[in-house]
Order: sequence, then structure tokens, then C-alpha cells
Amino acid sequence: MQELDSVVIRFSGDSGDGMQLTGTQFSNTSALMGNDIATFPDFPAEIRAPAGTVAGVSGFQVHIGASEINTPGDEPQVLVAMNPAALKANLQSVKKGGTIILNMDAFTENNAQKAGYSGDPLQIENLDDYLVIKAHITTQTTEALKDLDLDNKSKARCKNFYALGMTYFMFNRELEPTLKWINDKFGKKPILAEANTTALKAGRNFAETLEAIPNTFVVPKANIEKGTYRSINGNTATAWGFIQAAQAAGLDLFLGSYPITPASDILHELSKHKNFGVKTFQAEDEIAGICTAIGASYAGALALTTSSGPGIALKGEAMGLAMIYELPLVIVNVQRGGPSTGLPTKTEQSDLLQCMYGRNGESPMIVVAASRPADCFDMAFEASRLALEHMTPVVLLTDGYIANGAEPWKLPDLSKEFNKISVKKPKKDADNWLAYERDENQVRTWAIPGMEGYEHRLGGLEKALNTGNVSYDPNNHETMCHIREEKVQKASLNIPLQELEGDESGDLLVVSWGGTYGATHMAVKQLRKEGHKVSLMHLKYINPMPRNVESIFKNFKKVIVAELNLGQMRQILNGKYNIGAKGYNKVQGLPFKISELVEAFKQELG
Amino acid sequence: MTENPTYKKKDFVSDQEVRWCPGCGDYAILSSVQMALTKIGKKKEDIVFVSGIGCSSRFPYYVNTYGLHTIHGRAPAFASGIKSTNPNLSVWIITGDGDGLSIGGNHLIHILRRNIDCNIILFNNEIYGLTKGQYSPTSQRGLVTKSTPYGSIDRSFTPAKLAIGAGATFFARTMDTDPKHMQDISLAAEEHRGTSLIEAYQNCVIFNDGVHDLYTNRKTRDDHCVFIEHGQPMIFGKDKNKGIKLTGSKLEVVTIGENGVTEADLLVHDQTDERLAFMLAGMKGPELPVAVGILYKVDDVHYDEQICAQVEEVKAKKGAGDMNKLLHSGDTWEI
Repeated sequence: MQELDSVVIRFSGDSGDGMQLTGTQFSNTSALMGNDIATFPDFPAEIRAPAGTVAGVSGFQVHIGASEINTPGDEPQVLVAMNPAALKANLQSVKKGGTIILNMDAFTENNAQKAGYSGDPLQIENLDDYLVIKAHITTQTTEALKDLDLDNKSKARCKNFYALGMTYFMFNRELEPTLKWINDKFGKKPILAEANTTALKAGRNFAETLEAIPNTFVVPKANIEKGTYRSINGNTATAWGFIQAAQAAGLDLFLGSYPITPASDILHELSKHKNFGVKTFQAEDEIAGICTAIGASYAGALALTTSSGPGIALKGEAMGLAMIYELPLVIVNVQRGGPSTGLPTKTEQSDLLQCMYGRNGESPMIVVAASRPADCFDMAFEASRLALEHMTPVVLLTDGYIANGAEPWKLPDLSKEFNKISVKKPKKDADNWLAYERDENQVRTWAIPGMEGYEHRLGGLEKALNTGNVSYDPNNHETMCHIREEKVQKASLNIPLQELEGDESGDLLVVSWGGTYGATHMAVKQLRKEGHKVSLMHLKYINPMPRNVESIFKNFKKVIVAELNLGQMRQILNGKYNIGAKGYNKVQGLPFKISELVEAFKQELG
Repeated sequence: MTENPTYKKKDFVSDQEVRWCPGCGDYAILSSVQMALTKIGKKKEDIVFVSGIGCSSRFPYYVNTYGLHTIHGRAPAFASGIKSTNPNLSVWIITGDGDGLSIGGNHLIHILRRNIDCNIILFNNEIYGLTKGQYSPTSQRGLVTKSTPYGSIDRSFTPAKLAIGAGATFFARTMDTDPKHMQDISLAAEEHRGTSLIEAYQNCVIFNDGVHDLYTNRKTRDDHCVFIEHGQPMIFGKDKNKGIKLTGSKLEVVTIGENGVTEADLLVHDQTDERLAFMLAGMKGPELPVAVGILYKVDDVHYDEQICAQVEEVKAKKGAGDMNKLLHSGDTWEI
């Protein structure tokens, strides 16, 4: 038995092969066994792309470790390939010397052809550098289940648990968590519970008796901060952050949304929790999604809308309206590959400028971004807090990578944090109240229908100072544009100062934002270990930026901005602070690898 | 419910100057609605007017209640959010033929489908006013406008057919020249639980003057409109001697006393009959009068009640939400 500090495993197969489930089981079991984990589900946009083709390959990569894990890993050391297409799609990314488990039953001439091979894949691909384990996973699964009163198709469907069982043996995983899951899931259909349980155990036993697995591995418990942990993905954390924000503000939560990949899971999750006073409204389109939310906000709810780039494009006009109304609202953009329909199931950070500026007129908006799956809880709460305390719409940026990726989350103590949001109810009596009278931070108050004497009308036409009545006065218009901008900038007094990882001065400052934190953090950590004078500034508050950001730049010789777009944050920073930052950019629909960042930063260091 | 104060019409007049063109049909509708508000038994602070974009959409600024002037075509969506959040509110949507049937057509059919308890007044003048005179989805084919100098080639919508097709539970037609009728219909709409759609024939004096004249002019109105009432025979005409008769599957105009026709031969209005409503919706001149009044009204579940009821049901079943419990649900582990 060999001890490993960390290992990356990729489960890969046809869309219908159950690879997402298999990967999730492996991750959850590892987390329960005390490993740090990070996951990366990678699946096609089509629900069932043509079976057996490379386009239909669905993968789930998990990185487990005995020390800090922040990304799903650059290169898998183990690949489970359930068919030729899975081998073709993934082989080039597998680490040399790694292990490849193949389901030989699927390596037929027909399947090879579908995957685009002109002959036997095992001959065509050079597999000399890998340990190849050939297993007849499908037939062995059906053989193990032969006595069960199930049709062959259903038996064959259990093959993913057989494959999972093999990996459980290889990595000394406990079966208990998965057995419990199977029983919970199939409790009402005992025959399916038995079939999957048997398949899992059969796979494990097969691996144990198979001499082809020369070595098994153990990944010891990670040295993680004490506390109670659970595994969480970004979309669930986002949903929960909003529920907590509504509780902290003493308001009901309203979500107006239209289904879109990869944001729909927030709608699904919130729809489960109506007992928290949550109302979810699946609207007829993206525009109605945000418009119902603005209506709910006017009526006094903590309101939000969730979407991704194409949907945000449709919401633009209504976002501007919420801005000029000065009503609290959160707009979540789970970014995906663009432009247009782009790469729906892939990740990217290319909607930054869209969210900052993608509206007509001077339309400033608070923009924040979550850095990792669990941080989505924090930032959903923060987005809500800023919207309510500053009476303005706030954009929360996450992305497909952290939305679907999971990690262990040390559960917060809600009696100590995430428990206070102040709501700007009018303090003045109705006779002296004006809808657009402001406090020192330019924040107006929120009177809602039902409040006697505060009847007022809001509109999208320009408003007169204080009263909010329609005004076409040129100077008033300019004043109002300045006030709305100032209001957004004053929110910088209500956000934490920017943190810096590393020394306060040095040769290179790496800037990143949003969902790339895991990779930039690990890359900078590695370079610092090697003695380089590199620090990391990872931004979560984008507009306004923390007050100390400008002063941080001054102490570094060079600045490089790493982001998954063609340089949108770099453009903002260079425009705002004139720092001549360079960029490291990638738009492949894929997250950063640590190794590519290390190389890029080294090059910049010279 | 607490006791409601008695209001006069002036209580619903805001301090904003009304800026419609002199002679515009909107003035009469505004006045009728303000009168109706004194009688609906709702407190001022519990009333919200919501509009989109267009001449009629300035309406909320002029009514001294809560109000939202929103973006083009989307008023039903905003109203849906308001009503879902606070079902106690009386929510009124003001829209026009361009706002409601063109850019906002999608939201209109979906609020009707969901049957959210709001009152929609659709000002139909068969023209775009605020953008200065282009044809609308209700303009008749051939209409010459700024954007159709050789005549419109579009076929037009009949709002009543669209509404009934979309599953509306209340559709009524009224007109700017009959304030009493307008007021009665508004009250009936408020009383109806579910989405009430009122189509108001409204005259645009600038861009489409007299478009509804045949039906709305006091001199010709009685011979070209049949004012229908539930349970009553369909009689119309200056001399109250014409009626609507169903022959086979077709509606026809007959004269009482001619060819042996008596009142008993006339069609009696049943506002719950969807097929009849659809036939009435399609009646138009010159052969047939247009139907004015409540064409269709049925009771059905309404969304705003359901969305709140579901929250209560889940609370009763699972207990009020406890965030700590949620965080610790499923698999957790101690380090």
C-alpha cells in the first residue's frame, strides 16, 4: 500500500453511463474520510448526445488530498474510460505513468467507429506509458446480478457502481457512505438497491483478486482546520446564501427566474425551501424573470433573478430600471462560455464587462464575484447585504466551474456571522417623507405598498432630486447621474479591505478575480516556495473596489492579471489605475491549470 | 379586515400635471377609474398601478396610490411579482395595444394563463401614439401610417380572442365615451378573483382620430354595439328592437316583431360559456354589432393565492425553516 499526498481521478463515459454520480460518490466518500477535495464535472450541453461519440462524453474529475486542495487537478493520474470515445477524449490529458481502467465490453468495432477510430483503439493509441487495466465491466456486472429478477438493461446500468467499486479498492475507500446513499436513494425499490450494492461490491472484489492492480493507494486525512464540514457545490451554496440573507434581513425571499445552463440549479435548490418563506417564480422568459423580481422588491421582498450571459443580455433594460428606481435586487450571473449561445456547459469569465457596463445610459451597478464553491454562500449573502443596505441592484458573478464544482465547507456559526443586514425602512413620518431623499451615503429609503401615507410612484424617467417626480431639467439629470454613481462608490465604505497573499511588495503582483482563485492561489504559493517575490491579489469586490487596492499596486514592479477571457479585468484596472498590467488569458471553456499559471508567471518574472 | 375610509374621487388624484393631448380618450378613462377606486373597498395604500411604456402608461403618475411606470411591455411581469409578494394588494395594469399586444404579448398571455389576481386595462386605439403614429397589432389591414405609407399589410389581433385562447378567466369590453359603463366594468374586474382583462376602445385624436367612431359615438353607438349582460337576451338598437340570434352555428341580427321574431328567440348571454364568448369576441361591423360588456367570466384557481398557500403547506409539513438544520443536513463530518 502506497501513501499519496494527493491524487486526481477522472471518471469518463457516455452521457448515460452515470459518470457524474460515480464521481460524486467517490468525492463524497473521500471527503467523509477526511480528505480535502475539489471536483470538476464536465459534461456536454446535449442531454443525450449521440451515444458513443466524443461529443457525448461526460466526465467527472476529482482531486483528493492529504493537504490543501484548491483545484480539481491539472492531469488525472487515473482515468476510468467506459467506452472508446471516453479514451479518445481524455487520453492526452492523463499523466504519463498513470492508470487507465477500460471497460472492454464497450470496445467494439462499432463503438470504435463512433468515436472516430479507424481500427482498434488499443492499437491506434500509444498506451505504452500507462498501466492499462482491461476489465469486462458490463458483462461482469450482469453476471454478478444474474440471480436478480431484473431485465438485462437494468442490470447493465449498474456498471458504473462496478467501476466505482474497482476504484474504491485501488484507493482504499470505505464502502459505507455509498451503501448508505444507495439505500436512501432506492429504499422504495429494494431490488435496485440490491443490484447497485452487489455491483459495487463485485467491482471491489474483482479489483482485489485481479493481479493487474499491482498497488493500492491510501490518501491520508488532510490537516484541515477543526470544525464541522460538509461537501457543497457553488449553486447550492449560492441558494443557501440568499436564504440566510433573507433571514438576516427579516424578509421573504423571492426568485424570478427562467431556466438556463448553468444557473438552473439555483432555481431548483431554492424551490425546495419554501418553508423558509421562499417564493420561486419560473417566468415565461428571462425578462419576466427579472421584472417579477423587481415587482417583488417594490412590494418588500429580498428579490433576485438568476441567469447566465445570454439571459443577462435580455435583462439589461430591466437592470437599468432597477438601478434608476434604486430598489434592492440581486442579479446572479453564473458565467459560461460565450459569446451568444457559446459553450453552455463550459466555464468562462467573459461577462465581466457585460455586467459592469452592458446597459444604456450611465448605469452604475455594484458587482461582486465568488471565488470558490463554498464562497458562493458568503458572496450571495454579501450581494444581498449590499443591495439592501445601499438600495441598489447588485450583480453576483459566479461561473460554471465553481457552480458545479464541489469542495468541503467548514460550516459557519450563524450566531456569530452572516446574521445582520439592515433594511432601509423610512424613519420619517409620512408627511415629511420623500421617496428620493438620501442619507450621507446617498441611499434612499424603502417604503412599500401597504404603508399608509407613503404612496408614491416610481418610474424609469429621470427623477427630480429628492422628490423623484419626473424631471427633464438638464442640470438635474447630470446631478442625478453623479449621485447614482457616488452611491455605488460609497459602498466601498461597507466592504472589507482587500487582502493580499504574500508580501506587501515584490517583483510581481498576480491579480485574479472570481472562480479562478484555487489555481492562482496554488500557483503563487508554489512560486513563493521556490523563492520568487510574488504576491496574489484576488478580487471579490469588483465595483466598487476596496479602498486599499490602488495602494497595493504601488509596491510591485509588475502586475499580471490572470483571467478566463481576453483581458476584461485588465482593461478595467489599467483604465482605472493606469498600472500597465499585462494579462494571462485563456478562453477554452476550461479552468486554469496550476502548471500553466506557474509557467506564465515565471516568464513574467523573467 | 380593518374598516376602510370613505374616499372621494379627488383622493385618487395625484399632484402631477396630466400631460395627454387635449381631447384624448385617456382623460375619461382616468376619471372613470378614479371614481371606481372610491367604491372598491380598498385602502389607498393597498392599491398599486403598474404600467409599461406608451401614452396610456403615464397613468400611474396621475393616480395617488402606489405605482410603477416600468419598461415597454413588461407591466404584467412586474405586477405578477408584486401580487405574488403581497396578495392583499389591489393591482392594476395599464397598457395599450402596442405595449400589451406587441412588445409585451408574451407577458400578457402568461399572466392570463397563470390567472394572477390583477386588473388589466388595455387602451386600444389601434395605433402607436407615443412614438408618433405607427400601426399597431390591432390596426386594420390597409391602414396608412408613418411606417406604412402604402398601407399596412399586417393582419390584426382581436384582443378578446387572444385572451380567451390564452385561458383568461375574465374579459370585458368598454369604451372611453361611456364613463358609467367603464366604471361598472372596472368594479366587476376588481371583484373578479383572477386576471381581469378590460379592453377599452379609446380614441387617439392625433394619429387615429375616430377609429372606433361607429361604436363609440353616441349617435351611432346604439345601432352598432350590443351591451351584453349575463342572463339577459342580447337586444340592441336605438329602438331596442334588434337582437342577436343563433342560427345553426352562426350569429345573426334579427328585428323583434319582424318575421315572427320575439324576444324569446334571442340569444341569452351566458358569461361562463367559452364558445359563446369566442363568438361574441369575433362579432364586428358592418353586419354585426360589437359586443360590449363582460364577454367571459369564470372562476378558477389563481396563482397568487396558490404561491402563498404552497409556502404555508410546506411550512406545515416540514416546519418553519431552520438554517442551522439545513446546513447540517445530509452528510457532515467533524475534523
